[in-house]
Amino acid sequence: MRVYIHNEKDNVAVALEDLKPGERIKISKGGFEVGIEIKQEIPFGHKIALEKIKAGEKVVKYGEVIGMATSDINPGEHVHVHNLKSLKYT
Amino acid sequence: MEDVEIMAYGREDGSVGVRNHVALIAVDHAGAVVVEGVSKLLRGVEAVSHQYGRLQFGEDLNLTFETLIGIGCNPNVAAAVVVGIEPNWTTKIAEEIAKRSKKPVESAWVIGQGTISAIEEVAKKARDLVSWATEIRREPHKLSELIIGVKCGASDTTSGIASNPVIGRVGEWIVDNGGTFIFGETTELAGGEHIIASRFENDEEREKFLKVFNEYIEFAKSKGVDILGSQPTQENIAGGLTTIEEKALGNIQKVPNRPIKGVLKPAEKPRGKGVWFMDTSSSAQEQVTLLAAAGAAIHLFSTGKGNTVGNQIVPVIKITGNPRTAKQMRDNIDVDVSGITMGEITLDDGAKKVYDFMVKVANGKLTAAEILRHDNFAITRLYPSM
Repeated sequence: MRVYIHNEKDNVAVALEDLKPGERIKISKGGFEVGIEIKQEIPFGHKIALEKIKAGEKVVKYGEVIGMATSDINPGEHVHVHNLKSLKYT
Repeated sequence: MEDVEIMAYGREDGSVGVRNHVALIAVDHAGAVVVEGVSKLLRGVEAVSHQYGRLQFGEDLNLTFETLIGIGCNPNVAAAVVVGIEPNWTTKIAEEIAKRSKKPVESAWVIGQGTISAIEEVAKKARDLVSWATEIRREPHKLSELIIGVKCGASDTTSGIASNPVIGRVGEWIVDNGGTFIFGETTELAGGEHIIASRFENDEEREKFLKVFNEYIEFAKSKGVDILGSQPTQENIAGGLTTIEEKALGNIQKVPNRPIKGVLKPAEKPRGKGVWFMDTSSSAQEQVTLLAAAGAAIHLFSTGKGNTVGNQIVPVIKITGNPRTAKQMRDNIDVDVSGITMGEITLDDGAKKVYDFMVKVANGKLTAAEILRHDNFAITRLYPSM
């Protein structure tokens, strides 16, 4: 397991090691094993998109909303300050 | 997870403890010198010492009193000697401990006899109490009879991945078995306060929580600190945290995902079973002390980088999800759940490890902080003395 998904509702996972573009990870989604290709450098502890998240959509981690996507994010891409912003305090 | 039978100390007031200390409680700086002196002479006593207790007033004085009284009433304490500079406040605290907990409580003061004579008086009184207390046997109780406290400190990315979620799961097992769980750290909830607020069982307590939270944010602002605007920190962002909601959620993982019963004032005892929020600072030693004063028998402490906090009355169990900390600070860490961070074990596996360790501690096993004598008793001050 190279990424950690806190909650089944999450659309992001946390990298448990530094992930490199072109590498593939396997996650279990709705009882099926799904492969995701890493698109960008994802350092340990950083977030990776598990599905397509469109600009304006909510990013979910721990089963809770942690903010809103500010641009379209594809599966396997890095989710961080460049494409995710707080909904509470801006 | 099943409730577990433990061998523990049932107290007169119905509370259950896992240690059997004779507490030597200082009312002030003069008492502190005496209790520290006596603790070097006798076995079986714990000095609870600090440098406050003079010229305090109002709510701040009341909190110091409630903290000292609460420590005396803690179920890990069999009996107490309260020691101060003068008889007035000293006997007030001693009488209150005796009244609330029905424990044997003695008192002594320094004025009128001097420090050395006071040390002799307290040593004699404590000697008899130790002799009496060591006849008390551990008896069968349930783990769910204990009040469990929780906090995290020196957090890093692994706290949100491993050590906090593990404690949250353990807390759910405890509460589902009818146990009691206290969390605090008002400021650390910032950004996730709406999630905590949504879990309160009734509106009255929810309003109370939001009032306490907003008042603190405003207080910090009045001192020129914008708690909300400064989060997450640059260090957090480098570690992968993006928003304040995300950071707060990492902290909140250690709170069992169960209905919250209500809000406790600092040092206040829970008014029943279940999950309780206490209005506390996020400073480890202050928070652990306030929960000890509220009757916590064991404290679960999650750390990423390795906070070493302990308490002389309450065993603090140190849990880390950071493999480097587990190795570098092995002496300070009780439970290593870095297997979760490494993707080797599941959250439930980690929670089981903590649960099993907690049962051992309940039965008498010493924690790292107890063995290393991390006696971090710290009074929370609300404002300066007169």
